[in-house]
Amino acid sequence: MSNTISPNVITRSNDSLRVITSLQVPTVEKDKLSYKRSQRHIRTERMFRNTLVIMGILMVLLVLAILVTLCVQSVPSIKSLGLSYLWGRTWDPVQDIYGAYPFLIGTLITSFLALIISIPFSFAVAIFLGEYYPKGWFANFIKNTVELIAAVPSVIYGFWGLAVMVPAVREIEMQLGYQPLGVGIFSASLILSIMIIPYAASLGRSMVQMVPSNLKEGAYSLGATKWEVIRSVIFPYTKSGLFAGILLSLGRALGETMAVTMVIGNTSLLPKNIFAPGNTMASVIANEFTEADKPVYLSALIELGLVLFLVTVVINVVGKKVISRFTK
Amino acid sequence: MKTSIKFRIGKSTGFKILVIVLACSCVLPLMAILLFIIKEGITKINWNFLTNIPKPVGEIGGGIANALVGSFIIVGFATLIAVPIGVLCGIYLSENAKSKLAYWSSLALDILQGVPSIVIGIVAYFWLVKPFGGFSAISGSIALAIMMLPVIVRNTEETLKMLPDTLREAALALGMPFHRVILKVIVPCGLSGIISGVILAVARVAGETAPLLFTAFGNPYLSVLPGKPMQSLPLVIFNYATSPYNEWHDLAWGASLILLASVLLLNIITKISTRKWKVQL
Repeated sequence: MSNTISPNVITRSNDSLRVITSLQVPTVEKDKLSYKRSQRHIRTERMFRNTLVIMGILMVLLVLAILVTLCVQSVPSIKSLGLSYLWGRTWDPVQDIYGAYPFLIGTLITSFLALIISIPFSFAVAIFLGEYYPKGWFANFIKNTVELIAAVPSVIYGFWGLAVMVPAVREIEMQLGYQPLGVGIFSASLILSIMIIPYAASLGRSMVQMVPSNLKEGAYSLGATKWEVIRSVIFPYTKSGLFAGILLSLGRALGETMAVTMVIGNTSLLPKNIFAPGNTMASVIANEFTEADKPVYLSALIELGLVLFLVTVVINVVGKKVISRFTK
Repeated sequence: MKTSIKFRIGKSTGFKILVIVLACSCVLPLMAILLFIIKEGITKINWNFLTNIPKPVGEIGGGIANALVGSFIIVGFATLIAVPIGVLCGIYLSENAKSKLAYWSSLALDILQGVPSIVIGIVAYFWLVKPFGGFSAISGSIALAIMMLPVIVRNTEETLKMLPDTLREAALALGMPFHRVILKVIVPCGLSGIISGVILAVARVAGETAPLLFTAFGNPYLSVLPGKPMQSLPLVIFNYATSPYNEWHDLAWGASLILLASVLLLNIITKISTRKWKVQL
């Protein structure tokens, strides 16, 4: 287009500046093809940006929709059973008595027992990989193996637990003089504790590795031993991160369904001791959802799902908040 | 107050040994599970096992062909649904990291990642099973797709965020429109990370049972219709493992071995590929 420009355009040749009047402005021929193409590009670009925004909104909508669905579906049970539902001690759908207390207790006991068993192991892995042996083939082996623990499907844990762990627990129960059922809260906790090791371990490892080395070196130069450095430098520094790891593990343990369902024994009675069979919220849903024939029964199960959802939401949001504050 | 140096060093060594022992013992359960399942499963797998459908209790033989086909179809559909949405959302989050919507969106993803799978199953039941009047494979696929989304989005986002800004700026400086910069430059550069995210997501949902209990439901016969109940590997394991019959236990062991091997293989593939491409996930 520069070819079409007449001599009286603003030029800087020969150090002279010529001014052209508006009448003399050269007509620019629009290149129709490229104009069309750029128009198309602008349109597609706008469409693409909008699609991206829609995808972002979709995620938020999805979570809201899950929440709304659970709330709407549990209305019948909230209406007819009220808040006492959560404290009711008997669960007898045949008699239309619904009390979720045994399941709440079952869930809490299995999860916390699993946490107590798994914490020493996951912290050991975190310290082992973060502080003692951050590199090398053996560290890599441990790291990958622990991460693969999280990859094994929960139904396989359940099946393995049923075939290997339950007989072992039965032996223990016979030794201790409890009713030798094998299945029960203790078996469920053991399986859960294996399954949740990786969550706290991998988070803890990255936290331990983030401790500034000058802090550790300072402590070493004052004559501290490795254990003293771990106790008085690394542990206080990573406290919140380790806490977040525990929270995420807990969230995992609360919602775990299949493995627990297979080894917990599935009774709706209140468990008397940790070897007794019981039920968790997730396992009672898995067992009875497709059998629930009355609206209130079904809705009572969904209310359990709602409670489970809300609890895991709180746990995960708090956990992620702690992590993001730590990493910043 | 003086503790002898020997005592302190001893304490430190003791702690070190404790940590090493505990850390190494974490390997044991996985090894035990692997060995046990290989031992029980390897003898059950043969050609008939892979190509037949289960026989009634009492008859010898029978296989899990219906579950293999079903698993493949359900997870395949789930991947088809989740990949476009997940990758686009990941692009959005990596391009607009500071916007308000991105904050809410990524909070939603964090929540979604933590939602127990059984809850997803309930929700999918009310969205897709009840309104359409029956259990269907496609409802199972959608439930699994919801579970895949967080993994795919997070991996895409993290991978794309790691690409240097100069790449994006150079492409924009050449006058490329935004969508072409993303689709022709940014996404191909981060493709390995995105793909490994997808594989990881597939591995995560391939073994999920809970969302399928109320959606795909299971089917003792071979079915390829997405609108009908369909069998899948995790469901077969769950149903047969909790049954009292030994023939069914055998089927479940074989199915467990196949499922475990494929899930671990997918995980190992992603590990190797990410190490090769130096993309930290």
